[in-house]
Amino acid sequence: MIRTDKLTKIFTTVKNQPPNVAVDALTLEVPDGEVFGFLGPNGAGKTTTVRMLSSLIGPTSGSAEVNGFRVGKDDQSIRQSIGILTETPGMYDRLSAEKNLTIYARLYGVKDVRGQVEKYLRMLGLWERRFDPAGSFSKGMRQKLAIARALLHEPRLLFLDEPTSGLDPEASHLVREFIEQLKESGVTIFLCTHNLDEADRLCQRIGIFKSHLITLDTTAALRKQMYGRKVVFHLAHLDERIQQAVTDLPFVHDPQAVENRMIVSLDNPEEQNPVVIRRLVEVGADVQFVGELRHSLEEIYLQLIQKA
Amino acid sequence: MNFDRVLTILDKEWNEVFKNKVVLLTVALLPLLFTVLPLFTLYTLNTPGLNIKTNTSMPAQFAQGCPATLPAADCMKYFVLNEFLLLFMMMPLIIPTAIAAYSIVGEKTTHSLEPLLATPISTVELLTGKALAAAIPAIAATWISFFTFVALMPLVGTSSALIGLVFAPTWLISVLVLGPLMAIAAVNVAILVSSRVNDPRAAEQISGVMIVPVMILLFGQLAGFIIINPTLMIISGLALALVDIALVWMGASLFQREAILTRWK
Repeated sequence: MIRTDKLTKIFTTVKNQPPNVAVDALTLEVPDGEVFGFLGPNGAGKTTTVRMLSSLIGPTSGSAEVNGFRVGKDDQSIRQSIGILTETPGMYDRLSAEKNLTIYARLYGVKDVRGQVEKYLRMLGLWERRFDPAGSFSKGMRQKLAIARALLHEPRLLFLDEPTSGLDPEASHLVREFIEQLKESGVTIFLCTHNLDEADRLCQRIGIFKSHLITLDTTAALRKQMYGRKVVFHLAHLDERIQQAVTDLPFVHDPQAVENRMIVSLDNPEEQNPVVIRRLVEVGADVQFVGELRHSLEEIYLQLIQKA
Repeated sequence: MNFDRVLTILDKEWNEVFKNKVVLLTVALLPLLFTVLPLFTLYTLNTPGLNIKTNTSMPAQFAQGCPATLPAADCMKYFVLNEFLLLFMMMPLIIPTAIAAYSIVGEKTTHSLEPLLATPISTVELLTGKALAAAIPAIAATWISFFTFVALMPLVGTSSALIGLVFAPTWLISVLVLGPLMAIAAVNVAILVSSRVNDPRAAEQISGVMIVPVMILLFGQLAGFIIINPTLMIISGLALALVDIALVWMGASLFQREAILTRWK
């Protein structure tokens, strides 16, 4: 579980230059077992936030609690209880995959080093290549090795910074599947990503961040909040009479006619769709099919970022 | 301090660094060269005519300082031998610099430092592991090279009186005390330099400045300005111990997680 209260990080870099406020009064809570998506443009302060929460750097002000430990006070306990996949997960390229993991298992004080290393190498499909130097691995395999490294000590909370960045679709799919498995096993995941489709599929809630938190909610709630619930009625043909019949319904908002489709906003589509369909049939429209118009997370993200 | 973590870092460093051919060559070839070169030179000095106490190529001060117990024929060898003592003092400076430069800058260039710092390892444990990984091979190589040199001296016609002088306080303080102190200094200078550069070769070259004091001793002795004796070695040892304390403190102050992650570029 993560809890932050006005967490702030200011970097004072070059003389006579204004300080860089990387993270400004971030307040959020991520409960145990949640997959939380932390989205934002490059340079928004996502990596700085992850570094503060993993006790790699200290906050300038505010406070944070990770797995019940205070950032800045119980740093070693925090690092012991979390796993982290950094944005550029460097490996010891001259050492074998097995040796890379063994080193980290020992640093984390894992009791059954050999057993845990084998478990994760097998789980991520790297067992057959365990004696190969990490430097000979493809980018996807390196990423999987880095994920294994982050999980060796069975952390309760996992920070994933761009886990599928630069991977081909197949490797990305494998990594996402593995994150799904972790989600099912109850590991809390703090996912920083630019891949909005990935965030939409994996995360229960998302936070859009650009130095400060712009919004934080479930993707469904964000869609509803920004666009309402839109329903599309595909018709065999569409004329002004049919359009007017739908527009006249009192619960219909924001009606739009696009080619043979009527797009309307409804507060409660489950109850109101049948009424609209009955009305359409009454005025002689042939209803081919009905569907809910789903705005992509990308549209929501871009709108919110532009406003910010 | 958790010694298992220190040993893990030591194990990691040796596994990683000694797979680097440049470092391996430095660690293996330098002691070999510094053992063979003095032996070869001592062998060539067996030529009659060179072995006179009044040889003009020997500084007058040194000629006067030649131990009375030593036969006149060995005086030149003793003079040359003292120059080679400085070679044995260079080894603990050059070897750890090569290892530390690759071990620390290497972590930066391969981006492996951040995941390492994200483990529960403390800064002291990490630095101790890295420092030992660089210093131990240097000290071991120096001592093995020195004792091999001494063991092979009779084979190149060195008299037992001269061999006995190698076990005098000057040599023993230099090799057994100053050597390790120099290795510690070299490792810490490499850590300090590594924080400012991104290329292991640049770190190695800049850290190479550590050889300058030894070179001053070497040329000072050749020119007759400096005579290496136990007093000079003890004074140098005390000064070096103070320098080491200052360097360890500076290295540990600089090696802060936040500074490394945000400023080491």
